[in-house]
Amino acid sequence: MVNIPSSINDPIPAAEVEDVELYHPHSWWTTYVFSQDAKVIAIQYSLTAISIGLVALVLSWLMRLQLAFPGVFTFIDADRYYQFITMHGMIMVIYLLTALFLGGFGNYLIPLMLGARDMVFPYANMLSYWIYLLAVLVLVAGFFVPGGPTGAGWTLYPPQAVLSGTPGGQDWGIILMLSSLILFIIGFTMGGLNYVVTVLQGRARGMTLMRMPLTIWGIFTATVMALLAFPALFVASVMMLFDRVLGTSFFMPAIVEMGTQLQHGGGSPILFQHLFWFFGHPEVYIVALPAFGIVSDLISVHARKNIFGYRMMVWAIVIIGALSFVVWAHHMYVSGMNPNFGFFFATTTLIIAVPTAIKVYNWVLTLWRGDIHLTIPMLFALGFIVTFVNGGLTGLFLGNVVVDVPLSDTMFVVAHFHMVMGVAPIMVIFGAIYHWYPKITGRMLNETMGRIHFWVTFLGAYLIFFPMHYLGLLGAPRRYYELGESVVNPPSAHDLNIFITMMALTVGAAQVLFLFNAAWSLRHGKDAGGNPWRATTLEWQTPTTPPPHGNFGKELPVVYRWAYDYSVPGAPEDFIPQNEPDPENRSREHAS
Amino acid sequence: MSAILIFLAGLASIIIWWMAQQRLTSKPWLESARASDIFPVTRSQIPTVKIGLGVFLAVVGALFTLFISAYFMRMGLQDWWAIPLPGVLWVNTAALVVSSIALEMAKSSAQQNDANAMKIALLASFVTAIGFLAGQLFAWHELVSEGYVLADNPANSFFYLITGMHGLHILGGLLVLSRTTFNVWQGEPPKEARLSIELCAMYWHFMLIVWLVIFALFAGWANDFVDICRQLLT
Repeated sequence: MVNIPSSINDPIPAAEVEDVELYHPHSWWTTYVFSQDAKVIAIQYSLTAISIGLVALVLSWLMRLQLAFPGVFTFIDADRYYQFITMHGMIMVIYLLTALFLGGFGNYLIPLMLGARDMVFPYANMLSYWIYLLAVLVLVAGFFVPGGPTGAGWTLYPPQAVLSGTPGGQDWGIILMLSSLILFIIGFTMGGLNYVVTVLQGRARGMTLMRMPLTIWGIFTATVMALLAFPALFVASVMMLFDRVLGTSFFMPAIVEMGTQLQHGGGSPILFQHLFWFFGHPEVYIVALPAFGIVSDLISVHARKNIFGYRMMVWAIVIIGALSFVVWAHHMYVSGMNPNFGFFFATTTLIIAVPTAIKVYNWVLTLWRGDIHLTIPMLFALGFIVTFVNGGLTGLFLGNVVVDVPLSDTMFVVAHFHMVMGVAPIMVIFGAIYHWYPKITGRMLNETMGRIHFWVTFLGAYLIFFPMHYLGLLGAPRRYYELGESVVNPPSAHDLNIFITMMALTVGAAQVLFLFNAAWSLRHGKDAGGNPWRATTLEWQTPTTPPPHGNFGKELPVVYRWAYDYSVPGAPEDFIPQNEPDPENRSREHAS
Repeated sequence: MSAILIFLAGLASIIIWWMAQQRLTSKPWLESARASDIFPVTRSQIPTVKIGLGVFLAVVGALFTLFISAYFMRMGLQDWWAIPLPGVLWVNTAALVVSSIALEMAKSSAQQNDANAMKIALLASFVTAIGFLAGQLFAWHELVSEGYVLADNPANSFFYLITGMHGLHILGGLLVLSRTTFNVWQGEPPKEARLSIELCAMYWHFMLIVWLVIFALFAGWANDFVDICRQLLT
């Protein structure tokens, strides 16, 4: 627990801040397994998320094989195809991206970057991971129960999600999926409380909010959003579980199925869509904001330049977070709504482009005349900017009702959201792993393998998703098991599908190289030293690398400056760590 | 979805009020400091656990507001028959109010260092809260025996769902309250027990407000209010 200094009007000299009472583990189990140390929890979160992410990666290969070679792989029948689609989407969005950005990077970076010993509620933090793991296991159990996992699509729209025509609808699949989501949200809430309150109360002396690295701003804002948005998914999941198990009619209208009248009646599927997208749209930014924050730091460090427009960056993050709660119905243009609502939601959707564009300009202006080092984290950061701009622009198309209606449920939408919230955040995740791996393990990742990994992933991802826009414009619908010979699937489109599948397999293979690199470098990587990138933020100033239990040595660091003092004129080196004071004879005005 | 938007707007004004005090317009690039400079305190004076509970209550508030949003949207459809409220709910409401008042008394006696009064008030609060839960179960039993079962009508479904969710939250609070009460009866001095009693009281008052809102909702008093809101919006 953090102790509080006595009074706000009674500033205490830096060294006299009371330290934090830390939980000390006593056995191997409490050190490595049931650990309350945020760094261990972060690694547990990350490894679990990446493992389940690999399952989703394999599922995407299977889908692509079916689309390119329909009928060749006989074990992929229509039911299985829908199950693959559903599980791929749900895993990637929630169990990989959300868990990795907030549970993984959040846990690792918040205490270290803020100069704290640990999270403020370590026990709840530990529980958060174990409940997350349970949620993942319940999810995976879907593959082993009769009927298999649910095939309702990741949006789980009722009524089809709980009908017998949908795989898992009248079996265990949908029940396990909803239970898993409920568990995930309970676990996340425990972790999320930690992230938010640690940012509020755990900061080192001198770390004002406006001195926090943008990574922390991104994770902080995303966590606040997630805490308020996930309850909507919770409510939707509980109510659908009631509909499915207890026969209520929250969402289920009167339905005749296979000649029998079901006991449901009068429910509103649209109600589910509102609840789902009230969570679903903020979720996009729950994933994107940490990525925005991290990429800002990567660009600044590797271009040896302060981030351009720090204040604007902070405000843009907060404004995007707030706006994202009033755009949800742009996912429901085709569900039928009052045209005035459509106009309202199209307007708010397009307004989000303004703060987002500010961020993109600021990244580019940070690069401008910077001392750009094309390290692997930098390559991924640049890859992110390009991909994100590309995906964001198609978002402007789809945000308009008149454009969205014909493009809805086509491959264009698939291409759009994979670019903007699939590939772009994944680029940042890779960049961040290459950037912080030396701090986590003390060794650098292999450079050659890293470069191959980047180029194959970046170019490959483009070759997968860019052509999909054309398929979508042609009218190729998403979520179709096979298109056969149809007007939306001419031979040229089919050839394109084969090409996309080849690229998907190639990109997948590159990830195996990455995993090999991560494992190999653990032993054989170049020794990293404490601060290989010569960065200013506090996690690079720890006494030992990897950081010890309690993160910092006897005394917590004191923060004297913001996180972006790179290439300061007159400074002896091209970076000044945040915990380094100005010389006593130097007046404040010179610090600029 | 207007209920949740109103809730979030309220929350947003709290966040904006807080952010207004955080010098978000400062220019950090001009403000590096020397070792001899005096630092402002960056943390709040409020105990960290209390802030944690505050954030948690915001999440719980969002959860119940979303249930209420769903309730309003579903209520607008044609197959809705309001459920008759068992009279025992009034007794339950009284029990929860007494429980909340008792906790408030425990809090003030802890502040005045009056160990005996604190013990008795805590126990009273604990017992009345259990009484509330038992009463809720009795209300369910009564409804079921009168034939108002869960799946018959969406009004029934919502009644069981939302009261159940509220009951679960009370149950979770009871676990903490039982621990606090136990510690106090084991002889924990008021000074040390004070913070945990304050936290319990905060949570209890919040759950009381939630209960009053959903009680008003099921009793139909909220409908007039909603009608006015609907008219304003359309």
